[in-house]
Formats: sequence, C-alpha cells, structure tokens
Amino acid sequence: MGRAKLPRKSTSIDMTAMCDVAFLLLSFFILTTKFKPSEAIAVTIPKSVAAKVAPSKDIVQVIIDKDGKVFLEMDDESVKENIANTLNTTKNLGLDVRAFKKAPFFGAPFAALKSFLALPEDQRKGNLLPGIPAKDSSNNELTEWMTMVLSSYQGKKPNFLLKGDNLAKFPAFKSVVTAFKKNDILKFQMVTSPEGVPVGTDLWKKAQAGEKREE
Amino acid sequence: MAEMDTSSGGGHKKGPGVKKGKKLSTRVDLTPMVDLGFLLITFFIFTTTMSQATAMKLILPKDADKPEDQNKAKQSGVITILLGKDNNVFYYEGELDNTASNFKSSNFHDIRDVLIQKKNSVRELKDFVVILKPSDECTYKNVVDILDEMTINVCTRYALVDITDVEAKLVTLSEANAAATANN
Repeated sequence: MGRAKLPRKSTSIDMTAMCDVAFLLLSFFILTTKFKPSEAIAVTIPKSVAAKVAPSKDIVQVIIDKDGKVFLEMDDESVKENIANTLNTTKNLGLDVRAFKKAPFFGAPFAALKSFLALPEDQRKGNLLPGIPAKDSSNNELTEWMTMVLSSYQGKKPNFLLKGDNLAKFPAFKSVVTAFKKNDILKFQMVTSPEGVPVGTDLWKKAQAGEKREE
Repeated sequence: MAEMDTSSGGGHKKGPGVKKGKKLSTRVDLTPMVDLGFLLITFFIFTTTMSQATAMKLILPKDADKPEDQNKAKQSGVITILLGKDNNVFYYEGELDNTASNFKSSNFHDIRDVLIQKKNSVRELKDFVVILKPSDECTYKNVVDILDEMTINVCTRYALVDITDVEAKLVTLSEANAAATANN
C-alpha cells in the first residue's frame, strides 16, 4: 500500500493583484503630495525644538531675508483693503486698492508702493525689491505698518509671525522687534523648522517624565 | 484573471500537414513589477519632507523707563552670553570685572554644558538668570539657536538685552585675537 500522493501545487502566485495595489498606492501618494509653492522670497529658516505648529490663519508675517530686507505678508483681504484706504487718505499715495488686496506681500517703501503694485506678480521677487525700511529709528516704516495692521484688526489679535533667514544679521531682527515693541506687540512667534530635543538635556528629561511643555 | 484564451478556438482538428504553433503562455511574472512599485513608494515616502513649520514663541518685556521698575537679578546667579560673528559665543558669570578676566570664549556646542553647570551651581533656581546679548555681527540663526538653548535647558528666566560698547569691543577684540592665534 503506497501512501496517498499529495498533489503537487505550484508555488508561483499570481502577482497581478499585488502589482495593482502597489501602483495604486504609488499614484495615490504622488497625486496627494502638495508641492511647496515656489516662494517669492527665498528664506531658509532656522531649526528649533519648538513643537507647536505655526498658525496659518489670521497671520501677519514679517519676513527678513538674508540681506536683512524686511517684507510684510498678510492673509486677510479686508484688513489689506482697510490699510490701502488708510494709506490713500493719509499719505495720498493713490494706490490701486484691488491690486493691494491681491498682493501676497509688500516689500517697498511707501513712496514706491504704487510702482511695486504695478509690477506683474512674477517679477515681485525678494531679491529685486527694496523691502520695507525698518532700520533707522527715524524712518521706521514698519512701525507705521504695524500701527495700521493693529487698527485694522480692531482689537482682534492676529498672529504675529517672524520668519527670518539664517544669515540675516541681528540688527535687522532688532529693528523688527523695535517696530513690534513700539506698537505694544509683545507676543510674537518665530517660524522655525522642527528639530529633535537633544538627549540628556533638562527638556528631554521633562519630556521623558511625561510633563507637558508650556509653549 | 489576466489570462487570454490562447487555445485555438473551436477545437476542430487541423489538417495533417499543418504544424501546430507552440502554445506560449501569456502569463507574465509580475514579481519584479511589484518590487519596482513598492520601491518607488518607499523612495517617495522617504524623500518627502513634512514641511510643517513650527513656531517658537517669544514674549518681549515692556520697556521699563525708570530704573526702579527694572528687574534686579542676583549677581551670583547671572550668566551673560554674548554672540559674536562667525558663530562665536562668549560668556561671563556675574558682573564683568575691570580686567575682563572672567570673560570666556565658547561655542554653540559647549555653551550647553556651561549653562547646565551654572544652573546646577546656583543655590536657588529662581536666581538663575541668563542675559543674552547679541552683537551686531551675529546672525538671526544664532539668536534663535541661543533662545532654543534656553528652552532645551529649561532656563525660565532669560532676557535679550542690547550689548554695551565695552562688551562689543571685548567681543571684537577677542575675535581678532583668536584669528591672530589661528593664523600663527
């Protein structure tokens, strides 16, 4: 009596389904990836251990590029409209309010603001623009900008952000801080890219102990 | 599944002289294709950086005009950190003495140990105050780095203060000295 013969089964599996899944995932990832929009002002931000995600709504962002030039970015269109009207009445600049509303950022002295707005958007690049004068204490236009921003927000507190380039010199940072201080803006946030907490430090020990960080 | 009927349809017999074409299987081994697919997926996942910027909070003190309104700090618990150009860091504990003998040079790596040491040597933690004085030559990155160092070492009391002329001179002088010794 022989043993019952086991039928030989093929070891090759149909890979079609697996292949389908792999490429489906691949196309999903490719299509859902959002490309970073090319930024008009090139800024490499420093790293920090801060873990809080930067706010993206109601922002008033001051950008310092590597040459120390200062730019202002706002997202609320009604606020921008308000500022444009204020500028037109107080300084007689004759600005195009619609263009002002659509401009993503501002980087010119008040006197040159009209020609700045007349530029097509693809030519408004950080390295070609003069920036907002902020360095002298006598002619600190950023202070005036901040005053207008604050009055346009009318009590509502926007998120003041400061985004500086690694290579920007300290005086540029200081002049921005001075402009903030003059308007009693004592709380602001600096945009950084995340970094791990070094092992063995006090903060690390705290995190290990499960204490929540105050931010 | 993905197969085609390759058998000659109908099944009727061919004439005696007609050669039978060799039946080729249309099944393709898809294993390498799957490999490739997953390889690409892993590649894209690893090369994508999550560009979620974080924010570091900085709260400024209100300028105190009158000297009696200003905060006082105990000398023994104070360490002053000065930032120079090219990522140079200098520090002194307590007050700067006339000959500047307690003025020491450091860098961004070693300053952490200095801070930890100072923090441990201070009797009461509330007396531990760090004063940060960035010079005009240092970069924004340096400032953020040193502020970050405050967070890392849990220094709760620190202040960003303008550099004085004496200190600025000392910083440039020691930088020039360091450059001179490096050249020799």
